[in-house]
Amino acid sequence: MDIAIEKIRQSFPILHQEVNGKPLVYFDNAATTQKPQSVIDSLSNYYNHDNANIHRGAHALADRSTGYFEKTREAVQQFINAKESAEIIFTKGTTESINLVASTFGRKFIQAGDEIIISTLEHHSNIVPWQMLCEEKGAFLKIIPINEVGEIIFEDFEKLLSPKTKLVSIVHASNALGTINPVERIIEAAHSIGAKVLLDGAQSTSHLEIDVQTLDCDFLAFSAHKLYGPTGLGVLFGKRELFEEMPPYQGGGEMIKEVSFEKTTYNEIPFKFEAGTPNIGDVIAFKKALDFIKEIGKPNIKMHEDDLLAYANELLNPINGFIPVGTASNKVSVLSFNIKEMHPFDVGMMLDAKGIAVRTGHHCTQPLMKRLGLEGTVRASFAVYNSKSEIEKLAEAVAQIARIKNK
Amino acid sequence: MSSIQEVQNEIISEFEILGDDKESTIFYIMELGSGLEKFPENEQIEENIIKGCQSKVWLIADEKDGKVHFQADSNTDITKGLISLLIRVLNDRTPQEIISAELDFIHKIGMGGIIGSQRSNGLAAMIKQMKLYALAFQTKQIS
Repeated sequence: MDIAIEKIRQSFPILHQEVNGKPLVYFDNAATTQKPQSVIDSLSNYYNHDNANIHRGAHALADRSTGYFEKTREAVQQFINAKESAEIIFTKGTTESINLVASTFGRKFIQAGDEIIISTLEHHSNIVPWQMLCEEKGAFLKIIPINEVGEIIFEDFEKLLSPKTKLVSIVHASNALGTINPVERIIEAAHSIGAKVLLDGAQSTSHLEIDVQTLDCDFLAFSAHKLYGPTGLGVLFGKRELFEEMPPYQGGGEMIKEVSFEKTTYNEIPFKFEAGTPNIGDVIAFKKALDFIKEIGKPNIKMHEDDLLAYANELLNPINGFIPVGTASNKVSVLSFNIKEMHPFDVGMMLDAKGIAVRTGHHCTQPLMKRLGLEGTVRASFAVYNSKSEIEKLAEAVAQIARIKNK
Repeated sequence: MSSIQEVQNEIISEFEILGDDKESTIFYIMELGSGLEKFPENEQIEENIIKGCQSKVWLIADEKDGKVHFQADSNTDITKGLISLLIRVLNDRTPQEIISAELDFIHKIGMGGIIGSQRSNGLAAMIKQMKLYALAFQTKQIS
């Protein structure tokens, strides 16, 4: 089924503007997606009508905002098919979600000599928290290598697994290359030796259907702002039994049951991990983003984005000087590339002058770039509101830019 | 030889011709970079890299007959163009002229809007490094 692209675009006011005198073509969706009108309206509606601190206030506004806030938690639960809404924790973003696990799961379960496995494809936010933890605990970080097209080498992953492995923390879909990792097999293999698995879902949740019960992952981290939702908001899913065993992340209000100067007892999950006043307005607006996705349907979104990626490959691959980076067979809609003899910064700037927004540089994956022998790439990433005619504009612009050095 | 101000005025009028068209402005800056004096490969070393630039910029300076001669290179064409503009204004001048130069052309051609805030920081780092070289040569001349 073809999605009603024009109708969808109408829901995104930001897309209808000119940049540098040209109609905006927004291809930086892996960095952040734009927000539909329903999300924007919900934000202003919250501050216009419902603003109150949640869970404790004894008045109508507090009651209303608490209700809406918890409705989003239920919507997130359904979005990833968690068993119960208590397994959904709101954070600042994927980065904080991963740091929460590193800090609390790490404090409780990681000992000297233990091993944590990540892959070469990871974003810095799924590298640095583990390095910090390993340094603190005397544990070791093991890295799954990748092949030339940007896929992890599964046999090498299996060789890294040992009784010392306590956690595998792996990206579901690579932000820099788009590669989708075989997470079902990874989770199964990790569980077979008793290790837990955290999935970094920052780039996968907007494209792929995710069922945490079928996948059986122990943790899933993702961000609202890459899912057509507000910035500064993320989710950490974790299995109840793990969340219950993990110590709290931060101390403060909301996360306590009872406080005395002698002893404090902690609240139940999810509140145990949500110290302080949360990002109420953004949480409430996030539900509208999830509704937006649900209405179109993830399979339809994926099909549309796959079409865009295939069309982009078809148009750009023949361009003289075009070098695709990351050509795994199973990808989300990320097109990373370079142009022969040109620096990605220059290419990005010239595309910007033509109204086309892309990301350039190392994409917070410096070890991956080093492995590929690159300083960086140009990355065009596609979302549900992008169209084939925008892909044509990209191809035309890239062809023109490539001709400067590739005659 | 034209004064620093005269060269700046030349640049300002060149950019005025380009007008608001960002694409041709960027293309022009990149073209300027290709006119840079060839940079010695053996000087492309860590010590010559200007800190604070997102892309790599190498800068070296020499003093001859009381005047400072700069050579620079970069791994990106736009940055090459930017530094070539600075060199065009500041090259082969006395340390004092370089130190006291007010580079108002950058503001007047609206460089911030053309290259964005990150690259503007890089451009400021280049100017600072050129002035530091001049200061070092001046100190050497006095002593």
